[in-house]
Amino acid sequence: MLESPGSVPGSMRQRGGKGKVRKRLTLVLGVLALAALAAACAPNATQDAMNPQGPYARESYDLIVPVFWVAAAIFVLVEGVLLFVVFRYRRRKGRAAEVPPQIHGNNRLEIAWTILPALILAGVAVPTVTTIFDLAEEPTGQVLEVNVLGHQWWWEFDYPNEGIITANELHIPTGEPVYLTLCSVGLGYGQQPTPNDCQPGPPEGQAPAAVGDGVIHSFWVPELAGTQDVVPGRTNTLTLQADHPGRYSGQCKEFCGLSHAYMKFVVVAHTPADYAAWVANQQADAVTPQAGSLAATGMDVFLNGQCIACHAIQGLEDANGNPLQANGGPSLTHFASRECFAGCIFHSADPKQLAAWLENPPAMKAGSWMPDYGLSQEQIQALVAYLQSLT
Amino acid sequence: MATVSVPTEGRSRGLLRRPTATTGFWSWITTVDHKKIGILYGVTAFLFFIVGGTEALLIRLQLAQPDQNILSPSIYNEVFTMHGITMVFLVVMPLSAAFINYLVPLMIGARDVAFPRLNAFSYWVFLLGGVFIYSSWLLGGAPNGGWFGYATNAVLDPTRGMTFYAIGLLIAGIASTVSAVNLAVTILNMRAPGMTLFRMPVFVWMSLVVQLLLAFSLPIITVALFELLFDRRFGTHFFDPVAGGDPVLWQHLFWLFGHPEVYILILPAMGIVSEILPVFARKPLFGYQFVVFSGIAIGFIGFGVWVHHMYAVGLGPIANTAFGISTMIIAIPTGVKIFNWLGTLWKGDLTFPTPMLFAVGFVAMFVIGGLSGVTHSVVPSDYQQTDTYYIVAHFHYVLVGGAIFGLFAGLYYWWPKVFGRMLNDTIGKVNFWLMLVGFNLTFGPMHILGLQGMPRRIQSYPAELGLAFWNLVSTIGAFMIALAVLVFIANVLVTQRKPKQMEADPWDARTLEWTTSSPPPEYNFEELPVVSSLDEAWHRKYAETEDGRVVPVPAGGSGTEVEHDGGHGDGIHMPSPSYFPVVASVGIFLLGYGVIFSWWLAAAGAVVLLFGLYGWALEPSAE
Repeated sequence: MLESPGSVPGSMRQRGGKGKVRKRLTLVLGVLALAALAAACAPNATQDAMNPQGPYARESYDLIVPVFWVAAAIFVLVEGVLLFVVFRYRRRKGRAAEVPPQIHGNNRLEIAWTILPALILAGVAVPTVTTIFDLAEEPTGQVLEVNVLGHQWWWEFDYPNEGIITANELHIPTGEPVYLTLCSVGLGYGQQPTPNDCQPGPPEGQAPAAVGDGVIHSFWVPELAGTQDVVPGRTNTLTLQADHPGRYSGQCKEFCGLSHAYMKFVVVAHTPADYAAWVANQQADAVTPQAGSLAATGMDVFLNGQCIACHAIQGLEDANGNPLQANGGPSLTHFASRECFAGCIFHSADPKQLAAWLENPPAMKAGSWMPDYGLSQEQIQALVAYLQSLT
Repeated sequence: MATVSVPTEGRSRGLLRRPTATTGFWSWITTVDHKKIGILYGVTAFLFFIVGGTEALLIRLQLAQPDQNILSPSIYNEVFTMHGITMVFLVVMPLSAAFINYLVPLMIGARDVAFPRLNAFSYWVFLLGGVFIYSSWLLGGAPNGGWFGYATNAVLDPTRGMTFYAIGLLIAGIASTVSAVNLAVTILNMRAPGMTLFRMPVFVWMSLVVQLLLAFSLPIITVALFELLFDRRFGTHFFDPVAGGDPVLWQHLFWLFGHPEVYILILPAMGIVSEILPVFARKPLFGYQFVVFSGIAIGFIGFGVWVHHMYAVGLGPIANTAFGISTMIIAIPTGVKIFNWLGTLWKGDLTFPTPMLFAVGFVAMFVIGGLSGVTHSVVPSDYQQTDTYYIVAHFHYVLVGGAIFGLFAGLYYWWPKVFGRMLNDTIGKVNFWLMLVGFNLTFGPMHILGLQGMPRRIQSYPAELGLAFWNLVSTIGAFMIALAVLVFIANVLVTQRKPKQMEADPWDARTLEWTTSSPPPEYNFEELPVVSSLDEAWHRKYAETEDGRVVPVPAGGSGTEVEHDGGHGDGIHMPSPSYFPVVASVGIFLLGYGVIFSWWLAAAGAVVLLFGLYGWALEPSAE
């Protein structure tokens, strides 16, 4: 859905202009077609609970739909009776007031309309309970394990077995359950040199106050699974799976402060072969820019400025020769391989958005923990070039 | 000391001179009359309704189109938080309290509530609690963590907003707790001779259930709010997992209060509708005992369903199963009520003045809210629906289509009793239809939006999610509701110009409040009524013959027309007005600010509070 804005004028030119009216009509139709195209593309971008794309999302969907029809039937019945009564027993025009028979109740009816709903609900309860336990089961066989860390306001994905840390994009192979372990972390974790291990409580040797500032988030990618809250002090799990390759949109669902609306992510499902290629690329060290290029300048800015206090790039070393491991902010090792950044609300490939972000992050996203460092335009351009070289 | 409390002849020995105004400003400040206090509750709640509604319109403006920035995230978070707090604590609860205060003593044949000065105290504490919360806009930012105030976000937020939230709700909680005890005692102890429990109107029954729910659920939120306040203000760690606390503790406490709270909001409206439907069907309520018992059952089970707000927290499949099933069970008594309302209309002689329209609208809309509520009991469905606009749709069908429709039905129904003037029925019908259509346009589409992937509490949404159309429809609907409320206000203004002359019983109604004048005298009844049946007022007017026909009782044969010579309430002792309830509540108000700003201010507040309570204790309730 991102590709088409330029295509409309082109197609109009081909058809040629036979008079203004037709041109305008074509324009209108073109815009409508574009809208239709956008709508048709929508499955790629939507986060629609009614469009399940994997077995775990389908389990919820398979309850939503039949329960909807049961509710709809009851709705029609009750509202139908109400409308019937209102029309049938209203006082007709011109008819005098009369006192109808004073009916006080009917015990048989009372028993009937207590038991009947109870039976319907019992019918609904059976598949409900079995599905609850199905969904809670830990998947077996070939399973991809990923730790999900909710930050204010972005998502970090840690693949412990592959040694990959990425942000805002969860890459998975199709046809394989993905078992997520979710936890919430505060900014304090950023000072820790070890990878996140999703354990509650302060890492050894660290004062509690520094890590106690995580808040509740909620992980939701409706086309692949139901919701799972991400709670400080608790380690929750969730299983999801995708049938087909594609991009599945998700976002934080529990109010988590200022930029709650801007804590999005995307799950990218690949064929197993493509996934293996992605893993291999992510495991590699970051690309070193050619000496003398703008990107090389950017790398110098990165290493000598504030960036390394929070961001790691695998393969680089700080002035003391230690590898970069800070994880208060997202790892940038393969920044350019991701389509989006900052809670998946900006496009990594767009140099303007990237430059605006580096210039003043809180102005782009309310409450951003990354402050305005007062970088010069030259530094910003160099950093943009460097970041966009990190494929 | 014992002699101090005995009034000496001629003058009071209290700390302040006894107020004497019976009309005008000071009569309202010092009143202990349950009817005046009921009107105060109603007017205050309606003003907050306009404020909360304006906040709703701001939310809908911001969400009318994708990617808008009319409200910044920080303001948006404050606005949606205040909308929730306002509508729950400062509109629906006090508007229900208005009806309960005004009507319960009249309906049970009492002259006032059990503790008239406490009643005034409740109102003033509630009002100042609302003012306290709203003053936060000027004193460092309004609450911004949602009306549900989830820890740890509510603890960590750097603005003062959530401290105002904690203290403000604690203050409002004092008002509700005091009033719950007062009204429960009133209903249990102050009934007229012959008014047995099962001769009480359903509205009184629902009021009693609500007071008991309040008395048992408010202590829970009080504990939670103190813990939040202590975490924020004094560095405790109740909700801090790193120090051994648990943010989920807040959720348990909040929803263990919060779910009964839902029934606190809806049961009074159900009571109102149970009064109105029989009057305009000219039939008794179908299955009175079943309606009463289902209300009690809802109250009980309402304490056992709170985890359905927390399925996604990760409490495990066993907890989720148990609470899923309890949530299904609570649907059964709710259904019983709906079926009995239908049974009441069945074979009735139905007329549709505005109160009846709102009452039938209530039933129609509440069915939708009830059914979508049952879908939440299906836990795996709720894994998708939770925290989306589907939930927003659901509870607005219950709280607007339900509670607000019911309360509007009550406003139109009892207006002539309270103010002696009948609201205009034509304008009322415009009011109703605008509201019904606007309401469904606003909240119907939210079901779709939620399932399409729109989470709650988001300041904006991107265009590519395809949510624009229904959001625009919803915003248009919201402005229709606003128009409906303006029509109501116009109706009040038009009505105000009519002469004040109203018969006692304009609707040919069934309950005791219609046997006294409109508006009722300060002492309610010249002679306390003696009750011999359910629907006492109706049975004074009509009798059933052997073959089941209903015939009017001959004129003069009923109690309503009896004129008492020289009957102007001579010799009836009513409780006297007092300054002390308002003084004591101001003390609490100042204490609240003191906790935030200065211990000196807190000390001053404590002094005022003690002065108020001391003077109160010394002052006899009537002289």
